[in-house]
Amino acid sequence: MGDLVELTGLKDGEPVTCVAVFGDHSDFESVPVERRVMVIGAGITGITSSIDLGNAGYQVMLVDRLPSVGGRMLQLSETFPTLDCAQCTLTPRTVESGQHPNVLLKTSCEIEELKGEPGDYTVRLRQKVIYVDWNKCTGCGTCIQKCPSKGIALFERDAGRMTAIYTLSPQAVPNKPVIDADRCRYLTRGKCGVCAKACPVDAINYEQQESFFEAHVGAIIVATGFDIYDWKKKMPEYGGGKVPDVIDGLTFERYLSASGPTAGEIVRPSDGKIVKDIVFIQCVGSRNPEFHKAYCSRVCCMYTAKHARLYKHKVHDGQVYIFYIDIRSTGKGYEQFIQQSVSEEEIIYIRGRAAKLYRDGDKIIVNGADTLTGKNIEIAADMVVLAAAMVPNEGAQELADILGLKCNDDGFFIEENYKLSPIETGRQGIYLAGCCQGIKDIADSAAQGSAASSKAQVFLSSVRRQKQEAV
Amino acid sequence: MKYPYFPGCTLYTKAKKLDDAGRECSLKLGFELDELKDWTCCGATFPLVNDQHITMSGPTRILADTKDQGNDKLVTLCSVCFNVLKRTNNVMLNDEERRAKVIDFIERDYHGEVEVLHYLQLLRDEIGFDVLKEKVVKPLEGLKVACYYGCLLLRPVKEIGLDSMEDPTIFEDFIRALGGEPIEFPYKVECCGAFQAVHSMDTATRCSREILNSAKNSGADLVITTCPLCQFNLDDRQPEIQKSDPGFSSIPVVYFTQLLALALDLPAEELGFERNLIDPLPLLKEKGVVA
Repeated sequence: MGDLVELTGLKDGEPVTCVAVFGDHSDFESVPVERRVMVIGAGITGITSSIDLGNAGYQVMLVDRLPSVGGRMLQLSETFPTLDCAQCTLTPRTVESGQHPNVLLKTSCEIEELKGEPGDYTVRLRQKVIYVDWNKCTGCGTCIQKCPSKGIALFERDAGRMTAIYTLSPQAVPNKPVIDADRCRYLTRGKCGVCAKACPVDAINYEQQESFFEAHVGAIIVATGFDIYDWKKKMPEYGGGKVPDVIDGLTFERYLSASGPTAGEIVRPSDGKIVKDIVFIQCVGSRNPEFHKAYCSRVCCMYTAKHARLYKHKVHDGQVYIFYIDIRSTGKGYEQFIQQSVSEEEIIYIRGRAAKLYRDGDKIIVNGADTLTGKNIEIAADMVVLAAAMVPNEGAQELADILGLKCNDDGFFIEENYKLSPIETGRQGIYLAGCCQGIKDIADSAAQGSAASSKAQVFLSSVRRQKQEAV
Repeated sequence: MKYPYFPGCTLYTKAKKLDDAGRECSLKLGFELDELKDWTCCGATFPLVNDQHITMSGPTRILADTKDQGNDKLVTLCSVCFNVLKRTNNVMLNDEERRAKVIDFIERDYHGEVEVLHYLQLLRDEIGFDVLKEKVVKPLEGLKVACYYGCLLLRPVKEIGLDSMEDPTIFEDFIRALGGEPIEFPYKVECCGAFQAVHSMDTATRCSREILNSAKNSGADLVITTCPLCQFNLDDRQPEIQKSDPGFSSIPVVYFTQLLALALDLPAEELGFERNLIDPLPLLKEKGVVA
């Protein structure tokens, strides 16, 4: 391997670099690099990467399979440990990603194929059918007001309802609607067409076809995020989704949210009554190597304490019980947050696991053990919130196959080295950030999003790279 | 069709009615339970620690006998025997170190060749509940049955693999095939107290009370079980429960083979209902299941 001397200059306003290699230079070659980056996944992590890269002058294509950006964080009510509003802190970022001159949003898109080599990747994308011509649509929302078909809202999880033509949330960026073909009356039964009649600019297109396009980028950042463990299918001991008023933590976020389906009121989905006794169960599917996930989901201790506090702020005479194994609060100000929850909010922490729950009349009976006193405990609750394990988002393995990356047994993308190069992958020019690499909270996700953008810039700033086999 | 059959000690004594009805029903369903020759007690416990092997010698010998008598299957009716034999067989199949120790001791050649089946599993997987349904002569119409699984029929689920340990359905499917109405109750897989009945009667009484109350509150007419020990606890504890809780009304607890026999129109007087502490006959007559 030879010694390198880099010479950099400007030609026609564009940076050009040439490399002089002394000695053996067979391992190196000089290649043109696309100064463009693709970011896959438009949650807080991907948005952070995109804005950083955009500010640094790189062109970014921010891709998401959903119709608008914001990811999971937009679903949250308030965030620990400061209890500031998730939407208030995130929407300036989503708006910036939508308006940034260097960031191009590509929503409702999926990655189909990757060709080329580091610094010169060609990504083939599939534009999903949305039945709305966004070039014409002004985002006026008339179609959403008129649509007669209502169903369970994706964004609100099981808690709210939405129309067949929808935006994910009122703060959606881009704020233009798409049609859910499975629910649309015109597309399923051939009759309706209300949105098409209501649209003042004739943007509804029931005949729209799937399309494909290619993007040339120098680097790729994967930030596909997480999903919630399928406790409804896999955990019959917690009702398997069949016991009413048993919900997971992400759904509870929607109940807590002032812009959620209940406008922030903590009421039971079954009968609309205010919840007076509430049980939180931690480590649902996490830390259970025998049957579920062996790993700790890292953020549940904190968000459960947050849930409990926010609940107490809304229902002052409500009683909170939390089943926990131990409390893991390892961030800045996190332990203080937990201590405050215990001492000031009269939250009862029970060290032990809940063995099962079932419906008895209009109560949910939670059977568990208090392992500090060695006694069995039975609590009659109005609502039970499960801190279900976090898992990689659906399709992570398929994306890994397309990009030539690897996932571990739990489905998280494998980084080059967990400690020293947690952003890099086995492939030059492809980087990981956020929960797709491993569970982390918002602060860590944002940090890793910025780190990935830096890594991409470092890579794209150098025109030399080691020779490697073409893909 | 003959299936090699291991009755176990209790089915020769206290749980005779479980055995009798099982054998009679099999003939009606077109197969025969062929009792293993010279069988011994299964030991009724599977070692809970990895370095204990002696209690596996009995069940291993039974399994080796089964194989040597030319069989590759062994059917049991009792949940405890099923559990012990099945788990021992798993060790013989999957744990060479432990297998070698047991085999050295009993001086037999056995590698886990026999498949241990529970009678319910036989009905589901070999006969088929749809076939069973066709053979039913007197459907158990209107009979609300609490299907009580207990522990040993299901757990540990990775070793037994019969059904889900938290939300099993094999028993309910069986009752549906008989034309009865299975009811869901939250305590269907809770422990009956098992051997606690020997040294802590109060614990067994409490466990039984919770299970029975849960079944009754869910609308059950009677409880069925596969396990002699569960049947004993749930049936036998009822007078004691009544002492501490005068409002408690009794509920019959019968073996699943007894209901199967009724649905196949075997005479009720031969099914040993007189051995039940809580007599199920008045209820069965009221429901029209027994004339």
